Amino acid sequence: MLAYLVRRLLYAIPILIGVNLITFALFFVVNTPDDMARMQLGVKRVTPDAIVQWKAERGYDKPLFVNSAASGLSTVTDTIFFEKSARMFVGDFGRAEDGRDIAREIATRMGPSLAIALPTFVLGLFVAVVSALALAFFRATPLDVWGVVLCVAAMSVSGLFYIIGGQFLFAKLFRLVPISGYADGLDAWRFLVLPVLIGVVSGIGGSTRWYRTIFLEEVGKDYVRTARAKGLGEHAVFFRHILRNALIPILTGVVVVIPTLFMGSLLTESFFGIPGLGSYTIDAIGAQDFAVVRSMVFIGSLLYIVGLILTDISYTLVDPRIRFS
Amino acid sequence: MKDWQFVMLWSDLLVWLLVAAAVGIAVLIVRTPPLLAAWRRVGANRLGMAAATVLLAFAAVGLLDSLHYRPALDGQPGEPLRYSVEVLSALDALAVRLRTQQEKSYSAPFATHAFARETVDVPGVGSVREFPRLKHGGAHLADPRLAPADIALTAGRATLFAVLAWLAVAAAVAARQGGWRQVWQGRTPFAWNAVLAALGGLLLVLVPMFALAGDYHVFGTDKVGQDVLYQILKSVRTALIIGLVTTLVMLPLAVLLGIVAGYFRGWVDDLIQYVYTVLNSIPGVLLIAAAILMMQVLIDTHPQWFATAAERADLRLLALCLILGVTSWTGLCRLLRGETLKLRELEYIQAAQAFGVSSGRIILRHILPNLMHIVIISLVMDFSGLVLAEAVLSYVGIGVDPTTNSFGTMIDNARMELGREPVVWWSLTAAFAAMFLLVLAANLFADAVRDAFDPRAA
Amino acid sequence: MLKIADLRLGFSVGERTLLAVDGVSFTISRGETFALLGESGCGKSATAQGILRLLPPAGRVAGGRVEFDGVDLLALPEAELRDYRGGRLAMIFQEPGTSLNPVLTVGRQIGEVLERHRGLRGDAARGQALALLRQVGIADPERRLDEYPFQLSGGMKQRVMIAIALAGEPELLIADEPTTALDVTVQAQILDLLAKLQVDRGMAMLLITHDLGVVARMARRIGVMYAGELVEVASREAFFSAPRHPYTQALFAALPEVSRRGAALATIPGQVPSLAAMPAGCRFAERCPQAMPVCRTQSPAWREVADGHVVRCHWQAPPATGEKAAIAAVDRSNPSEIPPQPLLAINALQVHFPIRKGILQRTVGQVRAVDGVSLAISPGRTLALVGESGCGKTTVGKALLQLIRPTAGSVRLAGHELVGADARRLRDARRLAQMVFQDPFASLNPRLRIGEIIGEGLTALAVGGKNAAGPRVAIAALLAQVGLPADAVDRFPHEFSGGQRQRIAIARALAVQPQLLVCDEPTSALDVSVQAQILNLLKTLQAELGVAYLFITHNFAVVEYLAHDIAVMYLGRIVEQGGAEEVLGRPRHPYTRALLSAVPVPRLDGGGQRIALAGETPSPAKPPGGCHFHPRCPKADARCREVYPAVVMSSATHAVACHHPD
Repeated sequence: MLAYLVRRLLYAIPILIGVNLITFALFFVVNTPDDMARMQLGVKRVTPDAIVQWKAERGYDKPLFVNSAASGLSTVTDTIFFEKSARMFVGDFGRAEDGRDIAREIATRMGPSLAIALPTFVLGLFVAVVSALALAFFRATPLDVWGVVLCVAAMSVSGLFYIIGGQFLFAKLFRLVPISGYADGLDAWRFLVLPVLIGVVSGIGGSTRWYRTIFLEEVGKDYVRTARAKGLGEHAVFFRHILRNALIPILTGVVVVIPTLFMGSLLTESFFGIPGLGSYTIDAIGAQDFAVVRSMVFIGSLLYIVGLILTDISYTLVDPRIRFS
Repeated sequence: MKDWQFVMLWSDLLVWLLVAAAVGIAVLIVRTPPLLAAWRRVGANRLGMAAATVLLAFAAVGLLDSLHYRPALDGQPGEPLRYSVEVLSALDALAVRLRTQQEKSYSAPFATHAFARETVDVPGVGSVREFPRLKHGGAHLADPRLAPADIALTAGRATLFAVLAWLAVAAAVAARQGGWRQVWQGRTPFAWNAVLAALGGLLLVLVPMFALAGDYHVFGTDKVGQDVLYQILKSVRTALIIGLVTTLVMLPLAVLLGIVAGYFRGWVDDLIQYVYTVLNSIPGVLLIAAAILMMQVLIDTHPQWFATAAERADLRLLALCLILGVTSWTGLCRLLRGETLKLRELEYIQAAQAFGVSSGRIILRHILPNLMHIVIISLVMDFSGLVLAEAVLSYVGIGVDPTTNSFGTMIDNARMELGREPVVWWSLTAAFAAMFLLVLAANLFADAVRDAFDPRAA
Repeated sequence: MLKIADLRLGFSVGERTLLAVDGVSFTISRGETFALLGESGCGKSATAQGILRLLPPAGRVAGGRVEFDGVDLLALPEAELRDYRGGRLAMIFQEPGTSLNPVLTVGRQIGEVLERHRGLRGDAARGQALALLRQVGIADPERRLDEYPFQLSGGMKQRVMIAIALAGEPELLIADEPTTALDVTVQAQILDLLAKLQVDRGMAMLLITHDLGVVARMARRIGVMYAGELVEVASREAFFSAPRHPYTQALFAALPEVSRRGAALATIPGQVPSLAAMPAGCRFAERCPQAMPVCRTQSPAWREVADGHVVRCHWQAPPATGEKAAIAAVDRSNPSEIPPQPLLAINALQVHFPIRKGILQRTVGQVRAVDGVSLAISPGRTLALVGESGCGKTTVGKALLQLIRPTAGSVRLAGHELVGADARRLRDARRLAQMVFQDPFASLNPRLRIGEIIGEGLTALAVGGKNAAGPRVAIAALLAQVGLPADAVDRFPHEFSGGQRQRIAIARALAVQPQLLVCDEPTSALDVSVQAQILNLLKTLQAELGVAYLFITHNFAVVEYLAHDIAVMYLGRIVEQGGAEEVLGRPRHPYTRALLSAVPVPRLDGGGQRIALAGETPSPAKPPGGCHFHPRCPKADARCREVYPAVVMSSATHAVACHHPD
């Protein structure tokens, strides 16, 4: 089992390299630094001198892969690829357009992001599992049928609607919570209630329906019949037998997203003015700040790969068939 | 001496190719009894068929909007004929009043007066702050106080017409299907009762709406005074293209790579798995954002490529589809790979191998047809997700061109309206409602298709 | 004790309810074993599930009474019925692999019943669970109690299922095909265990099975079901000596066995009517050789033909007896007369699969699926390759057709070496040898028409010339040859029953006119009456076309009926081979002897001397040292543990690999 995990860890390395190469190709090969400079400077200020200066300020004036002007090791290190892409592996993300250090910015913004994403995730998972369990328990009754219809309807509503509508209703009309903003420390809860609530509600339709099919798949299995043949009541059958088996696919499917919670939610954060990584990303996209977008791509991929590894670990924890083989 | 010039945008070409492909596949289905049986099960699903009726209405709007032309400009006789840089569609031609009847700014649904006070010079009185009459909304009425009565009368007549039209269709169906009772109690193999019910609902809503749309702004007007109903109609095409063309892009990738990985295994499999794990690990929105940013640079630095603004917007729309496709093929690919791994161990594949049938032929004859149900299910399931995604992406600013009408741009433009006093609610509400209807219909139809094709569900 | 009266069970399809069990009545007394016998789809399992109301979701109880000690179980509220389920009535199922909860330990799954029905918890429950595991013959029960089902072998899982059933100290055990998923030697163990437990506990048993041999071994009274109805109930003696219903008689006549070698087996024409279209009158009338006009209009009433022997049939003729008197002349060519040039010669064939482990996925071992097998088949003869699941017999079949690449050894087909042959040479060879697979539902592509399926080989190997009419004519001829209507060409596989599908598979293989047909368990998925049709067909084809068969099977009855030569496989190697008469009549390897004695014989005198075999087949990844069979062998000694025995020839054709051959 340990060898298996080590193997998965080693597999992460080529994947990260692949991610790095793709982003590099996207940002520097498809479009040259000259194009970016023109874009950033705007039509009016584009002069050859301005472009050269823009590039020099940001270190984009070097060759892509091989610096033939330099000597020794710096033929490889004094290049865009090394400076801008390879150094991300050691946590050096460079500076944003506004001159701030990206790594520090990321570190300070993770907190608010987690403050929203984590409660949303936990609460959402809990509510979805409970309601899916209820639908599966009352399967083929009107409750189940209408529950599924409700889920489909909830899935068909745009996420933007939940946010805009929720904000309008609770913050503007009823004035229960502030419309947007953020505070540090315990005061933050006033700002967090609504985004968390909206996050939970907007995800509930899809996940409930998905978990319900997992439960129903287990309900049809032979061991459930055996459990009934033992004379067990429907509650024991459900909570002792079905739930435990169904939690394996549910948990392992969910674990992969846990690390990416750090990335925050793009929409929620920007609507509610939360200074997290999600709104950071959105602002960077809006301002066409390539350095920030590139860094977020790298971090997002890193977290996803961590999620994959956690998934493997969680499998070995919850499934005896993998634990003992 | 034509007074218009036919224009085929790239996306139009793809749309009509899709239509042609759909017709071709339909012919194939009719000729293949097992496929036909599965589609008959779809046809027997009431909710699914009601949803399909609604989807067809959306599709009709989208197709009308995919026949483009450039009108001729009025020139002096003898001058060479010149065409407008504005590209219009058949839909624009039909809804010409919706398109051209622009107000100054906001007006509420069915309003006869503007939403905001203006200073108007009244002869003899001087300048007065008041709600001015709209240029078009209810302009045919001498007395705007008659508007409610006029609306009720027009709507009533239209409703009557809708009922008559529905009765005619229903009678025709009943005559062919063996009587009212058969149809109504759902004893026809095809769920005619659901189709008729959905059609009835559509007619009752749409006919009065369009009857009124000429004289009033049914959904109001937006900030620049454009009719919201018109924007909704134009957005339908964008949503359909995003939902369909994207799958068209990802389908060949996913199918080819999935089957190849599952069938040949070994290093081919390792390589393909590596590629999709890498792509998967990049957060989707960020990959799309990065790609769109890059494309934006490309478009902005090459303005000479595009003759009209419509062409540029069109290309950006297609690029969005392409990017969405490239980033979303991994899920289906993984699914197909797993299924191919199972299929290749089946005995009929081994029987073919025992005859020395080549791998390519085995894949074409034995594997691909037995994967089609997965492809079809994921195609219809992805559609609604893509329509929803478009709205979010456009809102974030990495979606379609800002000049393209879409649900996302509508929402984006109207984002601040709920903050106004008094609230301007109609743009957002109409956009969300239309999107909800489209996505709900797509989801219900997708469920029906999945139930009919998924062997486990049967 | 158990009295079932007019039980009617159905499945709802749309708004209709189709009756799967229609008016079944029988009784079981204390300590008695009652067997419900029938082919697939006759409603026997539904009956068993209906007693405890454990029907699948679509199942409905449409009427009748199930009285257990005077209490109508069907009328009890669900909560009260649960006191009976697992308590006074217990049930075991066909698939031990899926019937146990995969994520709970064996101890917890037994403990649940102890807690529910006997109020035992903690140490008391644990002690009782240990005692139960010992009773069902599980070695090292302390360790097994804390293991999960996936760590147990198939036989052990079924033992655990039995322990769970026994935990509530039931008065009636319902066993639904308890051994169908198991190998013969393990089946023998489980049947013995059930018989012993029944005697020890004085427990009644309702045994659901399709196997006449199991019935002969276990039952005291037998009920035969057909198309949802009970058609005959008789004591064991009466059932085997004088079956009265034409269906029962036909079942017996369809059994393949040695005595019927030369003759064609009796078959039952047609197929079981579908639930949706049950005929009026007697449901068997369509297929009955004795059908009279009254049979088609009027459902026969119960008629007592002897004391305790009742039958539902209009036909009143005397029972068919003396079946065995008509032994046909045994058609068997002289076993010693082997033609000099065999069609197929396999020599020291090996198929190994690597086991990869560790960080770098290095190969740390080999699964020796096939480990040095040598065989020869002469033109027009049948070699049966016999063995239990996992012995590598199917791998031999696929490796000889090069569907799996052999690791080493040689396969010579009609004088040409196939191992390592290039694509063109293999193509030529594929015309000579073809395969028929086990599962008729997985072996035909559901998306192709029958004509396309059969024509696949013709086009792939360019058989039948270039003329356009060729394939269609050839396909029509093939369909006629396997007994299918000509209009099958344009139909799809789902329109055919299992037996018909197997005919299509045979036609597909025959299309390229092969000289050798590898038949991999071609009848194991089929009912007895359909199996007889396929065996007859194979036999006719051999007589007409002179095609040789490599017949891979675990079913000795089929072997006895069909084979000229027999090879017995155990853990990747052949332990005994020779002429059919030699191997069946004078088996010399202890494994062959045990295997033969483990097969339940469908006759009154079927008991015989049984050689009980301990344990189950070990994994081919770690075969025991020395003779692979020694851990289970009653004769094993030190030498067997050290050295793999050399092959001993006891006649020109009879070879055995054993240190202590009989």
